[in-house]
Amino acid sequence: MSYFSSIPKSKPRANPIMAAIQRVLPTHDYQAFALFLLILATILIFWEYGATSGWFSPLMPSAKSTFTDFWSWVSKPFYVKGTNDKGIGWHLITSLRRVAIGFSVGAAIAIPSGIVIGLFPVASKAFDPFIQILKPVSPLAWLPIGLGLLQDSESTAIFVIAITSLWPTLINTKFGVSSVDPTYLEVTRTLGASQWRTITKVILPAAAPSIVAGMRISAGIAWLVIVAAEILLGGTGVGYFVWNEWNNLSITSIITAILLIGAIGMIIDRLFGLLQHWVSFGRAS
Amino acid sequence: MIVSSVETTNPLSEAAIPAQISLQNVSMVYRGRSGWINRLTKRTSKDYIALSDISFDIAPNTFVSIIGPSGCGKSTLLNLIAGLNTPSSGAVLVNGEEIYAPGPDRGVVFQNYALMPWLTVAENLHFAIETVYPKMSLADRKSRVYEYIELVGLKGAEKKHPHELSGGMKQRVGIARALAIDPQILLMDEPFGALDALTRGFLQDEVARIWEQKRKTVVMITHSIEEALLLSDKIVMMKRGPSAGIDEILDVPFPRPRSRENLDQQAGYHALKAEMEEHLMRETRAVEASRL
Repeated sequence: MSYFSSIPKSKPRANPIMAAIQRVLPTHDYQAFALFLLILATILIFWEYGATSGWFSPLMPSAKSTFTDFWSWVSKPFYVKGTNDKGIGWHLITSLRRVAIGFSVGAAIAIPSGIVIGLFPVASKAFDPFIQILKPVSPLAWLPIGLGLLQDSESTAIFVIAITSLWPTLINTKFGVSSVDPTYLEVTRTLGASQWRTITKVILPAAAPSIVAGMRISAGIAWLVIVAAEILLGGTGVGYFVWNEWNNLSITSIITAILLIGAIGMIIDRLFGLLQHWVSFGRAS
Repeated sequence: MIVSSVETTNPLSEAAIPAQISLQNVSMVYRGRSGWINRLTKRTSKDYIALSDISFDIAPNTFVSIIGPSGCGKSTLLNLIAGLNTPSSGAVLVNGEEIYAPGPDRGVVFQNYALMPWLTVAENLHFAIETVYPKMSLADRKSRVYEYIELVGLKGAEKKHPHELSGGMKQRVGIARALAIDPQILLMDEPFGALDALTRGFLQDEVARIWEQKRKTVVMITHSIEEALLLSDKIVMMKRGPSAGIDEILDVPFPRPRSRENLDQQAGYHALKAEMEEHLMRETRAVEASRL
């Protein structure tokens, strides 16, 4: 009944401020973009004003000097002036290469094991304790093991990325394979399809959206892990860059690296999002 | 508890034509939990008798509808004929041979269409044909795909994916896929159940037209009396479950091709319809009463 009593008797008078906003920014997209710009401007003004009036630690650079430095890094990403002074592009490429290899190694282990675990409930139950124990382990805990076993920083970085990023892919593959719509399997049974044909032509495409969703999370984790791994391992890579610039007390370079790491992480996520859409064919995923 | 298979005389087996599908004292029991672990933990449950001692024959090239109150085991019965399930006792014979598994001699149309969403319309048909006829040449397979797409009136939609189709179009693909493997028997589990009334009527006419062309043996499950009367030669009326069985098998003698416009002017139409309505109402009322 309260629904009816709340219906106004006459046309409500519009709030003049809201009406003005509606006129200038007619859609939610415009309004959201304006709000985004407003928040960004607030942060930048607070930062710039705070840094120049000495509100923060003396290490904190001003927004203006940060963006000057950001531009100097981004405008010439691929210079080399000795082993400790390379353009940030080189570091990013090294990190991306390690992430790509580590993620691929992880996926190459996770997808086939996930399929096997998903197909056989017994295997699923048997593997589950291992997954549950190993999944929550921090990447940093794997580092010494990797160094001890592989005795090489490059392989250790790849090992740590692989072992920490494979879990979402493994679990999602298992889920996707074990929860294939049973009517698809009934169709293939009525047609008399072989086990192999059922797996390759029905179960895998049916599970593809979940598998890719798992890979998307895994890729995010891999990109998250690389910075920590490279800070500890040293040499090259964006993690090493961050640590090196911290030793130089160059906060502007660290902020540059943070923005670039974030942007690349976002691009990786979007690419997997497109792949996910591409394998879904209208299914919600 | 297994229902003992009693030798009963089969009411239709004396027909001159050998039966294409023959159910002989078929019972389906879903086992309850009665193992020693269950007994120890006092979590036993009784066996559920879904179907009890069902026997009937279906002659080649007849259209048979199965109708009954919900939960009477119609789908279980169809799954037994499809071979997706095996009976607890008794036997299902196709062309005189007992079946234990699904086979391409029986095409199945599913209520929820069961199309592969990652394949186009043509690819869905092609997948079925390739599975059943792996040695057929690619050109033959392709021409067969287009033949059946045309048969169900989906020409032009070959390259669409299922999510771009309406429910009625999806079920046309489902029917085309089941027919494309050229089965002797077509099994349809409430094929129009998920469709709106207009699309349903339209597709019923399409199925009638296709049946005139292809003359398969068809077993269709339905909830609709009009649908059964429009399409079938025989209507199997099932009793309510548990222990569901056959109440009566009705002959639908109307000449073909039939049309929905003047079907109710056929002699005996109203008597048949009244009898079916009476049966369904009685059984449904009993089902509802038993739930109280």
